[in-house]
Amino acid sequence: MAPEYHVFAIAGGILAILVLASLVGAALKWWTGWERPHAVIDNLNDRIKAWWVMVALITLAFALGHWAVILLFAFASFTALREFMTLTPTRRGDHYALAASFFVILPVQYGLVWANEYGIYAVFIPVYAFLFLPILAALRGETRRYMDRVAQVQWGLMICVFCLSHVPALLNLTIPGYEGRNLLLIAFLVLVVQASDVLQYIFGKLLGRRLIAPALSPSKTWEGFLGGAGTATLLGAALWWATPFTPLEAGVMAALVTLMGFAGGLVMSAIKRDRGVKDWGQMIEGHGGMLDRIDSLVFAAPIFFHLTRFFFSTT
Amino acid sequence: MIEGLAAMLIVLLARLATGVRAEWRGTGPERRRRIYFANHVSNGDFVLLWAVLPPAIRQTTRPVAAADYWLSSPVRRFIAERVFRAVLISRSPRPDEPHPVEMMADALAGGASLILFPEGTRNTGEARLLPFKSGIFRLVSKLPEVECVPVWIDNLNRVLPKGEVVPVPLLCTVTFGEPLTLGEGEEKEAFLARARAALMAAAPDGGDRDGEADGNGA
Repeated sequence: MAPEYHVFAIAGGILAILVLASLVGAALKWWTGWERPHAVIDNLNDRIKAWWVMVALITLAFALGHWAVILLFAFASFTALREFMTLTPTRRGDHYALAASFFVILPVQYGLVWANEYGIYAVFIPVYAFLFLPILAALRGETRRYMDRVAQVQWGLMICVFCLSHVPALLNLTIPGYEGRNLLLIAFLVLVVQASDVLQYIFGKLLGRRLIAPALSPSKTWEGFLGGAGTATLLGAALWWATPFTPLEAGVMAALVTLMGFAGGLVMSAIKRDRGVKDWGQMIEGHGGMLDRIDSLVFAAPIFFHLTRFFFSTT
Repeated sequence: MIEGLAAMLIVLLARLATGVRAEWRGTGPERRRRIYFANHVSNGDFVLLWAVLPPAIRQTTRPVAAADYWLSSPVRRFIAERVFRAVLISRSPRPDEPHPVEMMADALAGGASLILFPEGTRNTGEARLLPFKSGIFRLVSKLPEVECVPVWIDNLNRVLPKGEVVPVPLLCTVTFGEPLTLGEGEEKEAFLARARAALMAAAPDGGDRDGEADGNGA
């Protein structure tokens, strides 16, 4: 297949899966009775509907170009940070630090990604923001739980902004023989991570018996994890033609991002348990909040970015 | 016309800045006459409550607000009188002025619902709720058939703490709790205690969260 058709092949494949999923969802709803509410199936159909919207938004961003992809992920970061900070017990003395996180650090980080300044965006939050924010909080003079508050605000920025910005940062890599096709690298990452989530959900619902971490999540099972991660790895290997990788390399990459994604889901579940909530928000019907949908992507993105950069990129 | 536009703009801004979501937990949105009573941490409280009401109910719902604050500039006066059609009461009425409770009772008698803050003043301390003033009791004593709906407004004090200029876009929720009415022969203290407990119960954590975790620091 010629490279210029790769985009259409992937888009067509996703479209086919969404149509199939919607048909299956409708069939299940018909089978259990249109009028009768059914918690699992109604939630499944809500999720599928939300997927249509999310796929439409990502497709639109891809069609508009790099700036739109960067803007889309900046928006996702903003929403995720909003959900994270809403559930973080900050105090009045953190007001400047919070305002700076939303209105200075987030836009600057994505601006640096847009400007292709790897030397700065790779350290902007872990170095500059991490020194600057505690100063802002200290200047306000509130010492109560100072260490907790500073640590939590920083971690929110790390997760919601720094990690996620590594998805559009893939556009900056220069891979010999792969010039001008970096959007496909994003498509590969997002597709494998999200497919892994969906497949783990499906395997878990169908076969799930043994819980992996009963204290963290009632829905993560060994059967779901092995089935989902395994099939997502195979999917990644099967998509090698859209990447700069060989089939084996694509499979290894897919396995790694799948594992990181799963671990990300566990970590974010631990935070939710700690804060006493089930979901991060209510923004996406059937899924919960933005963070519920992108927790796995957040953990997978920096690892995928750096492995690809180290082994395949010349920049 | 211009009032309608201003109202739309204010609702839009409030929704953008706070992502506000209504939770009708103890009751549904109903068109009948009601007293919505809420916790008070910010001058934006009634805007948020008003913004989450369905438009039809919004049109007949009037906030009760302090005259000295809302009449102090032409813009505030326009917003309070024309956009929200607030019942503007004096915090320390002169003998020749109508009594605040009378003004509220008149508004209810005219078919409007009211938004009330029984704490009387903005709560800027660590306590979840200040003691209630007796106005709400005197009001329902006059009109015992009117339902009082407790409304907990969560997080607005973190979005824009008193004295700050830049709002932080945290998510707010407005939770409508279980309505209560004045019991037959119920005394003032008993009713106020019941109303206060109902409002606490409408908080997302049932009012358990300690002052530590509250964003409203000293």
